[in-house]
Amino acid sequence: MRLASAGFWLAITTTLSSGLLLAPANAQNAGDPLTLQANPANVASPTVSYDNHRYSALDQINAQNVGKLQVAWTFSTGVLRGHEGAPLVIGDVMYVHAPFPNTVYALDLNNDGKILWKYEPTQDPNVIPVMCCDTVNRGVAYADGKIFLHQADTTLVALDAKTGKPVWSVKTGDPGKGETGTSAPMVVGNLVYVGVSGGEFGVRGWLAAYNTSDGKQAWRAYSEGPDTDIIVDPQKTTALGKPVGPNSSLRTWQGDQWKIGGGDTWGWLAYDPKLNLVYYGSGNPSTWNPKQRPGDNKWSMTIWARDAKTGMAKWVYQMTPHDEWDYDGINEMILADITVGGKQVPALVHFDRNGFGYTLNRETGELLVAEKFDPAVNWATKVDMDPKSETYGRPLVVPKYSTDHNGEDVNTQGVCPAALGSKDEQPAAFSPDTNLFYVPTNHVCMDYEPFRVSYTAGQPYVGATLSMYPPPGQTNMGNFIAWDAGTGKIVWSDPEQFSVWSGALATKGGVVFYGTLEGYLKAVDAKTGKELYKFKTPSGIIGNVVTYEHAGKQYVAVLSGVGGWAGIGLAAGLTDPHAGLGAVGGYAALSNYTSLGGTLTVFTLPSQ
Amino acid sequence: MQRVVRAAAALAFVVAVSVSAYAVTDGSGDPTAVKNDDGKWTDKDGNPTFKVDADGTVDWYTYSGFIRYSSECLRCHGPDGMGSSYAPALRQSMQRLSYAEFYATVAGGKKDVTASQELVMPANGENKNVMCFIDDIYIYLRARADDAVDRGRPQKHAPKPASFTKAEDACMG
Repeated sequence: MRLASAGFWLAITTTLSSGLLLAPANAQNAGDPLTLQANPANVASPTVSYDNHRYSALDQINAQNVGKLQVAWTFSTGVLRGHEGAPLVIGDVMYVHAPFPNTVYALDLNNDGKILWKYEPTQDPNVIPVMCCDTVNRGVAYADGKIFLHQADTTLVALDAKTGKPVWSVKTGDPGKGETGTSAPMVVGNLVYVGVSGGEFGVRGWLAAYNTSDGKQAWRAYSEGPDTDIIVDPQKTTALGKPVGPNSSLRTWQGDQWKIGGGDTWGWLAYDPKLNLVYYGSGNPSTWNPKQRPGDNKWSMTIWARDAKTGMAKWVYQMTPHDEWDYDGINEMILADITVGGKQVPALVHFDRNGFGYTLNRETGELLVAEKFDPAVNWATKVDMDPKSETYGRPLVVPKYSTDHNGEDVNTQGVCPAALGSKDEQPAAFSPDTNLFYVPTNHVCMDYEPFRVSYTAGQPYVGATLSMYPPPGQTNMGNFIAWDAGTGKIVWSDPEQFSVWSGALATKGGVVFYGTLEGYLKAVDAKTGKELYKFKTPSGIIGNVVTYEHAGKQYVAVLSGVGGWAGIGLAAGLTDPHAGLGAVGGYAALSNYTSLGGTLTVFTLPSQ
Repeated sequence: MQRVVRAAAALAFVVAVSVSAYAVTDGSGDPTAVKNDDGKWTDKDGNPTFKVDADGTVDWYTYSGFIRYSSECLRCHGPDGMGSSYAPALRQSMQRLSYAEFYATVAGGKKDVTASQELVMPANGENKNVMCFIDDIYIYLRARADDAVDRGRPQKHAPKPASFTKAEDACMG
């Protein structure tokens, strides 16, 4: 162990001596995420970079040669559950995380991936059943010689990156109430940010910032509750350009319901260094029965822009007021400077579960574009874009698909998308070369029947039953699309048999990568979507594809290991309740294609 | 394979006990409905059971069980008792679990954590959304285990009995 650490230290010193060590030892020191992100050899952060582009400037692997890609090496995590997220690469060391029990490995890239250290926390297994939809974890963050992990039991731990030994740990939540940790932390300066899961347990969501040096909480901002809890300034915090006013959240709930109101924060975080704002989304309000919680249920389903240092909200935008379909708003915010209506804008682009692709001005929160990124989306006709309208910024809901309008104990049929959304947590990518966004999508509809439920702390608080199936007349349950966020239009669309539940990677080589639920790693042409390469990994892919460079050679890596909502919802195959007798079981069952097991597969080009 | 095994078991049952047009058995024995108490059926041993009419109409409790299963159990056990990448297929488990064993597992939970798997079922004893409807869920899954109802939402069901509404209100509070 000691020897291994010494080897590792030598390794990282060698790498860093290529210039990074010369950086001043302040906020912009060698271990700062921003500095590390600037070097495309690294995978410095769980979102690759603060702007969530998931774009790599590496181009050894390109559209001409990607067809020759080969497996370089593989690594088993020893865990069977769903593997989301991606490993980090910092210099010569790769950090691989796993679902519960949340094992973390440091692998020596100079020594064929030899294990430098392994961290495996002891956690009460009672946390397992309060994790909605599998015991996933979306990765670790690195900064200043520490690895940050938010464990299933909501322990936030800082590990010494050299030894894997805990430096400090702090409990961020209470799994006894259904609070769990699944998302990847983000570090900015001396603060590490984490969110919480538990929307199906009535957990009131929050984003919290802790000091990286000692784990002391700097601030915690809830999604719902009094202004002090949600850290807004009623006069200065804006929604669509206007101050939110006092009690902006409380006004939209009946009584104390906000206390068990959901709005959880389990998605990817983004950061703009220039504006010093942190961006993220809040999830569905609890319960799934809209009749039981009248009002807009603010600020669930909301895009948040908060000051990184103080947590003060600069602006908010609620996408789906009074959710009636479980369209969690947690998907990633992609910060890109693009052209909208002939003007260059500092944009925030977001592909929501509700099926709309949003483009906003990330400085002001102004809504610029909101268009459907799957033609099947039918629950709303459009988002009202007229600033003079009373319903400005709101989706115009079709009564037929409104589970609130149809009421409790009524089965609302044919709603697209299904509760898993037109896209779930699986992150999209943006290429500044093509100015296109590459989006892994779900193409699934549902029947949804809400009914009365009672709340018990730590017990599921759902209150709806649903059946899912592909849109009428279609059999593909997913598409991988290229999207123009300036105009809100699909540029090309590759159908996939199953939902695409893997994070995309765009590269300077003109190749875009993603994984499929059957287990294929696929490479497609960034301009046309034409498939250039595929390889079937040991299990279904719900992880994110990343690329790095080591010893002058470019590698592509992805975690396979089927699970998550996809593994639960699609394992047995979907059935269409409206197809009549005999059609049952007519769609592909994921369990016929793949089985459990976490493996990292690393690809490269053959040596010349 | 499943079908072959099941058919063989059913055959053995018929030979041994020599009863019934309904040559099926599960963890609680012969599911044939013999007694009706305001729309809630029991088998010869007094265990809750399903009743499916020739035209496919299911009893109210089977239907209610589908609704409650899909809300409370689906997130781990997958749609229609079919199992998932996360938790076992209950339509198979119910072929060996008795009503008492089912009840005890749902109320008290279960832990099977080994090096190769972590199966943890929460204790639902305090969860009204489950316990107020535990017979409904049992009846639905028993029907699924015995292939008496297909995947998906039962298309036709008996009306909601007055005693059900009364019991629901009393239990949910």
